[in-house]
Amino acid sequence: MENSKNILEVRNLKINFNTYAGKVQAIRDVSFDLQKGETLAIVGESGSGKSVTTRSIMGLNAPNADIAGGTIMFKDQDLLKKTRKQMDEIRGRDIAEIFQDPMTSLDPTMKIGKQIAEPLVIHKGMKREKAMAQALEMMKLVGIENAEKRINDYPHQFSGGMRQRIVIAIALVNYPEILIADEPTTALDVTIQAQILDLMKELQTKTNTSIIFITHDLGVVAGMADRVAVMYAGKIVEYGTVDEIFYNPKHPYTWGLLNSMPTMDTSGTELPSIPGTPPDLLNPPKGDAFAARNKYALKIDTEQEPPFFKVSDTHYAATWLLDPHAPKVTPPDQIIERQKHFAKLTHETIHSNRGKHIEEEEQL
Amino acid sequence: MAKYLAKRIFYIILTLFIVTTVTFFLMKFMPGTPLTNQAKLSPSQIHQIYKQYGLDKPLWQQYLSYLAGVVHGNFGTSFQFSDQPVSYLIGSRLGPSLTIGGEAMVVGVIIGIIVGSIGAVKQDTWVDTATTIISILGVSIPSFVLAVLLQYYLGLKLRLFPIADWGGFMYTVLPTLALAASPFAETARFMRTEMVDVLSSDYIELAKAKGLNKVGIIYHHALRNSLIPIVTIVGPLAVNIMTGSMVVENIFSIPGIGEQFVKSILTNDYPTIMGLAIVYCAMLCVVLLITDILYGLIDPRIRINK
Amino acid sequence: MADNSKSFSTGDFLPLSDADRSHLDSEKITAPSQTFLQDSWRRLRHNKAAMICLVILIILFILSFGSHFFQTHNPNATNPDLANLPPKIPGLDINGFNGTLMQSGERINAYAQAHAHAGTYYILGTDYLGRDLFSRILFGTRISLTIALVASFFDLAFGVVYGIISGWLGGWVDTLMQRIIEIILSIPNLVVMVLLIVVLKPGMSAIIIAIAITSWINMARLVRAQTLELKNQEFILAARTLGESSFKIAFKHLLPNLSSVIIINLMFTIPTAIFFEAFLSYIGIGVSAPQASLGTLISDGQKNFQFLPYQMWYPAIVLSIIMIAFNILGDGLRDAFDPKSNRK
Repeated sequence: MENSKNILEVRNLKINFNTYAGKVQAIRDVSFDLQKGETLAIVGESGSGKSVTTRSIMGLNAPNADIAGGTIMFKDQDLLKKTRKQMDEIRGRDIAEIFQDPMTSLDPTMKIGKQIAEPLVIHKGMKREKAMAQALEMMKLVGIENAEKRINDYPHQFSGGMRQRIVIAIALVNYPEILIADEPTTALDVTIQAQILDLMKELQTKTNTSIIFITHDLGVVAGMADRVAVMYAGKIVEYGTVDEIFYNPKHPYTWGLLNSMPTMDTSGTELPSIPGTPPDLLNPPKGDAFAARNKYALKIDTEQEPPFFKVSDTHYAATWLLDPHAPKVTPPDQIIERQKHFAKLTHETIHSNRGKHIEEEEQL
Repeated sequence: MAKYLAKRIFYIILTLFIVTTVTFFLMKFMPGTPLTNQAKLSPSQIHQIYKQYGLDKPLWQQYLSYLAGVVHGNFGTSFQFSDQPVSYLIGSRLGPSLTIGGEAMVVGVIIGIIVGSIGAVKQDTWVDTATTIISILGVSIPSFVLAVLLQYYLGLKLRLFPIADWGGFMYTVLPTLALAASPFAETARFMRTEMVDVLSSDYIELAKAKGLNKVGIIYHHALRNSLIPIVTIVGPLAVNIMTGSMVVENIFSIPGIGEQFVKSILTNDYPTIMGLAIVYCAMLCVVLLITDILYGLIDPRIRINK
Repeated sequence: MADNSKSFSTGDFLPLSDADRSHLDSEKITAPSQTFLQDSWRRLRHNKAAMICLVILIILFILSFGSHFFQTHNPNATNPDLANLPPKIPGLDINGFNGTLMQSGERINAYAQAHAHAGTYYILGTDYLGRDLFSRILFGTRISLTIALVASFFDLAFGVVYGIISGWLGGWVDTLMQRIIEIILSIPNLVVMVLLIVVLKPGMSAIIIAIAITSWINMARLVRAQTLELKNQEFILAARTLGESSFKIAFKHLLPNLSSVIIINLMFTIPTAIFFEAFLSYIGIGVSAPQASLGTLISDGQKNFQFLPYQMWYPAIVLSIIMIAFNILGDGLRDAFDPKSNRK
């Protein structure tokens, strides 16, 4: 995975939160890469550590967060070692973020044109007129109609979807290399969700920005991501290309997530869910954190954490089920269906050229 | 906007009408008459005085004529100073009260905003603790205690300011300080809470994500958003200042309406008490109206166009 | 990566049995569950300043109400021979507490000068009529704290009920009730109080009525706002759908959820009421002579402040401490009940 086109490399990140109840181990040894121009989705339940991971990339963790170890390399520099002032310079210029709730993430008392122009003024020292002109261009780019008129409107005069477009405009106005989207569509209506996702994809192709897409909704991931990392209890449990995760998942937690996602065929039958709740990260359990909720748990899961087992060059999963000693288990029916589909898919695409970054690899 | 204004003014008139009516009848049902305390008077003299004050007429007539008088700014004649109309008494004393009241409001609110913001920005540090202690003291120490202490230590001991009386800016300093303590402390507490709220809001997070530094975040986003709600507490602060002015004017011998109010209460000068009660209500109503309109103007989310 | 698995026996790779699974139960709750009030209390206990204030208030309550039964001096008994004696605490020889005072540049023993008996001492001195200041301060504190209790009672009896009715019924009732509140709000509290006291004659009962009429407004507004918010929440809707009576819903579901708003606001009504009593007594239309209130004590003491500063300092300090304690406790309760409001 060590690769020169990795724009961001997170290695062995460990983050604890000091609370009155004790030390919460929110991130327990997380490593991943982000490649130029790709979209990496990080999927998991709430509390699995997705947002904490991205906040540390932005250098915006809560004051009681303690970075216990690891590195976040961006352009050969460790972001965790940067001073606050250095991070101010990187944020909004090289790395930008879109937040979950567009209704609250815009300053209610500032005209939106000025809000969009602000990163230009901060990072490029642009004069007001020039910055506003560029903000106007950006508003048009994100599809705000009547932009000339609306540039002097206040946030409350826009709908949720429009506000999220404004937030995207703010994030992209400096053409950052990395865009972190933290559940950008969760607070929106389903129809608006699709529009925002399309817009993000469209803008990504125009600007060649890498996106880290945080979500708990696998349905959104399918159309959006190139690669997927599944997080559980502060760890990544499985990662691979979007097809590998969707059609050839190996970790029982991923099975559970996929199973609980409605598909065209699930009508009428009860939607399965993962029983139980995530473990308490004040005292993470010994062994595999998922064991207690795992129908396929092995004895060793309660004793030792599973390492990553390689499935393919791009696909790894941390489950003892992949150990040669492990018994053969039968995944849920739906997963078997998916795996059959995957077999077909890989066969079909052996000669066709899919996956843009493969192309890029050949070019480099 | 016009419709909103009309509605508000209607309610102000309604309020003043109710206050006038209630005070009138309360005073009428008072045991004793204004003459009870006077030296022995002959029945004819009493009749004469009753006639002079219009007290011989039926109650409803007295009420209507009082109401008509109030509309024209006439509150009758003071019992205490029998030759002075109450409106003149109040009019001549309004100046000093408005001067120290206004000064106290401006000084208190401005310093309160500064101290409150500092506390919020330095949240959970010793600076925050210090500003919290100062504002708790300001809220808790009664104005009459503070006034006496200021008068004694800054006026009498250190001779920095005149200890009493009225005549020029230096005379306003100590009363203003005594009166400003409460609005200062209330504003500081309110400002701190607002600013802490704003600083933890999503749009401040977005401003950080833009790469704005701490000073920029406070100056461009946090300050404006936490300042706007301050307007809503100006009304209650005005009430505090009115209350405080009664004792503070007394302590510093300032010829204002607060001092007059206390004097009238102690001498049972009913026409003056009634007149001042109405004037106080009218002042509060005006302050509330102005702050509401101001709030609508400075907060883009609220546009009064109902 | 997969190599390290070789150190395990194949037995380790057997599926978990139900017995093994039972002690893994992920839904097992490790910490004892706490009710909202218990949780708030725990947070309050961690707030040192608030706890100190709570203790101070409890001590003041016990001292002031207890002093009724074991007072050393009658707070209203005058003794002109022993007037204006400075504080004297037996066995304490510090200027200010040893019965001496400065007179024309000399420190003299005021007690000896007044020909007081050898065993006579007043720990906070006496006033201009020779009344024991300590007993009078305790008596004044008792009045202040009585006012606190009275104001709380009316806040709960009027304010909460008014707010719940207004918010719960809604419609024209709510509109009318809110108009009434708006009108009362645009009349300064003090004007209402003064008018009432002028009519009713100064005294404790007039003050209590005045406080009853003015103190509940804020409570009513806050409770109404909260009721409006709660009214449309699912658990209330559920109770309604189940056909519970409005009265029962108000008591079983609404009141517990309003408790934090009520308690917090109560803590801010109390100092205001205490202040107003002291204020009215100070300007001379509150508690009437010879009874002592902290307001009248400060007013009396102020006259002699230049020469006998202790006569104002002590009542002023006690009044300020009561106000500070209620304010800090109020802040502490707000933070405890509303954990997301600033402090951790």
